Amino acid sequence: MVRYYIKRTVQLLVTIVTVVSLSFFLIRFLPGGPADALRAELLQNNPGMSQAQINRRVEARLNIAPDDPLLVQYTDYLINLSQGDMGTSTTQGAPVTEILASAIPWTIFVMATAVGVAFVIGISAGALMAYKEGSRFDSTATVAAIVTNSVPDYIYGILLLWILGFQLGLFPLGGRYSGAVEPTINLLTPMQTVGFLGDALRHAALLITSVVIFVWGGWALGMRGNSIQILGEDYLRVARLRGLSERRIALRYVGRNAVLPMYTAMLITVGFLFGGSVILEQIFSYPGVGYYMIEGLHRRDYPLMMGVFIVITITVAIGVYIADLTYGWIDPRASADGGSD
Amino acid sequence: MSQKTNHDEIVDALDDEDSAFGAVADDTLSKRERYVRALDRNIVAPARIVWDDLRARVGLAIIGIYLFMGTVGPKLIDPPRTGDGPRLEGAFETWAHPLGTDSLGRDILASIVHATPNMLLMILAGGIFTTVMATVVGTTSGYLRGRVDQFIMMVTDVVMTIPGLPLVVILAAALSPENPIVIGVILTINAWAGLARSIRSQVLAVRENSYVEAAKAMGMPTRTVIRREILPNIMPYVLVNFVNASRNVIFASVGLYFIGVLPYDTIVNWGVMIDLAYQGGALQTTAAAHWLLAPLITVMLLSFGLIMFAQGTDRMFNPRVRARHSSSGTAEEPDEETNSTPATGGALK
Repeated sequence: MVRYYIKRTVQLLVTIVTVVSLSFFLIRFLPGGPADALRAELLQNNPGMSQAQINRRVEARLNIAPDDPLLVQYTDYLINLSQGDMGTSTTQGAPVTEILASAIPWTIFVMATAVGVAFVIGISAGALMAYKEGSRFDSTATVAAIVTNSVPDYIYGILLLWILGFQLGLFPLGGRYSGAVEPTINLLTPMQTVGFLGDALRHAALLITSVVIFVWGGWALGMRGNSIQILGEDYLRVARLRGLSERRIALRYVGRNAVLPMYTAMLITVGFLFGGSVILEQIFSYPGVGYYMIEGLHRRDYPLMMGVFIVITITVAIGVYIADLTYGWIDPRASADGGSD
Repeated sequence: MSQKTNHDEIVDALDDEDSAFGAVADDTLSKRERYVRALDRNIVAPARIVWDDLRARVGLAIIGIYLFMGTVGPKLIDPPRTGDGPRLEGAFETWAHPLGTDSLGRDILASIVHATPNMLLMILAGGIFTTVMATVVGTTSGYLRGRVDQFIMMVTDVVMTIPGLPLVVILAAALSPENPIVIGVILTINAWAGLARSIRSQVLAVRENSYVEAAKAMGMPTRTVIRREILPNIMPYVLVNFVNASRNVIFASVGLYFIGVLPYDTIVNWGVMIDLAYQGGALQTTAAAHWLLAPLITVMLLSFGLIMFAQGTDRMFNPRVRARHSSSGTAEEPDEETNSTPATGGALK
């Protein structure tokens, strides 16, 4: 087990180094990549500028000094990153770290809510489907789960925004919260806090809904399959013979055993939803991390774009790492066979 | 005729006298017969199973429509041009523009049809890249085991944890790809990892079979063992995952064209149409609704077709279903079988 922890930790470090190196080399080396593009742009806008001046400008923007030896550049980049310095955003006029720090809580808020809701709906629907296996409810729900799971979340996003946002005017069309509402989270002023949270939730509602519609089906089908398998196990018959209550059997015997194997898969899904925020946040003009990534791309603000990339990937990597490490602790069956696979 | 029976008798006699080791197959299969048998086992029987499933039939029909649209379609319908017709004509109003026109008067049906070939190329490139890469990595790793396996799986796990979309976004920004095949590969740049892992575990199970051991004992080279004894066992699984990979290529490419990450000049993708409609205010006015809905429905229908096909082909794994179809009897399907396989396989990787 200790070997497994060490292996996973090494793997996490390799992932982080890979991601950081990737972003370094993409900016630095690719022909026509960000550094070249920026240089060309500067040359075009300031024809009189000398090469050295341009290099200095590029350095200020991309966090890269093109004249230094490669190794020095690379270590500088790593040191800057480890100190939380990702350069300065060229369009937002603020350090990238600052912009990201203000954006991350919103993305986490939206994705956590969506995942929570999808989890409750998916797991309970899946369990019900398994209990009523073969019934009309089961077949309808199965079809519904497959169909909703077969359309990407951003398509729900566009449709919801179009119908509920633009046509019916029930929901705001973008932003984190209304301008009129003061962002307060303070226990001393509960009314304002509730008002602010409600407003924030209303702004995020359509985004959350599109994720939920997309995700619930996969989890429901997984839960259904696992539960059906468990319902046929011998220990369940024994539990019934012992006269345990149906409720206890459903929750402790079936539910728990069916959900646990999905734990890692779910956390990976969460990671990928985090990455998927890139498209959804753009549709809803919701300034979370994904939104800034595309803003950075469109406006050639490469430090911002790369900053988001590094933050998203490292967050996901750490999330999966924690999931893997805690899995054996949550589900003892996994540590019994070493958890190495 | 009589000669043949004679011959048979001799063979029988030989069989009786010698031990079983002395027996030699009394007739060898000609090359052609062998091909016919392989064809029957690998293509005809699975195809029959697939065709028996309603979902697979629906899926195949839908995929067929898109294939037709992508290959023959552009020859039947003129490419969309600015000013083809009046601006923002609604759908189903005239025969000249059955799906209406966009804000520049381009025919929407023509735009959709002419975006299809690129889309299919992209799907094909992405699907092939993912499955080939995953199969090669997964089988080598699972078959060789030991150090090589550990190293490969380390790399695979690292690739797997990097979320695909942000990675694709920065690659697209750095490379600005325009060739659909290149785009297809970039979109699936790390999609192979998850599949490689599951193929590896399948290979680990298959390689324990005695016939693999026999092949090794006969001194077959590793490559031949993998190709002849292991790959055929995991092929159906790979096929289903090819379909899933294709679906992801569609989702990603349409999504990235829509948010303007991939560069475009003309309509090369349904995502471009969605983007143009979105930018052109199709959300605000109902007059432009058809412009937005047409590409959306196009994407949804294709994705639905692919998922139906994948669900239907899932049954190919079921050895009982396979066995029943190879002998031509058509017994009633026991209920349990349909329920147990597909649901878990698709949702949890």
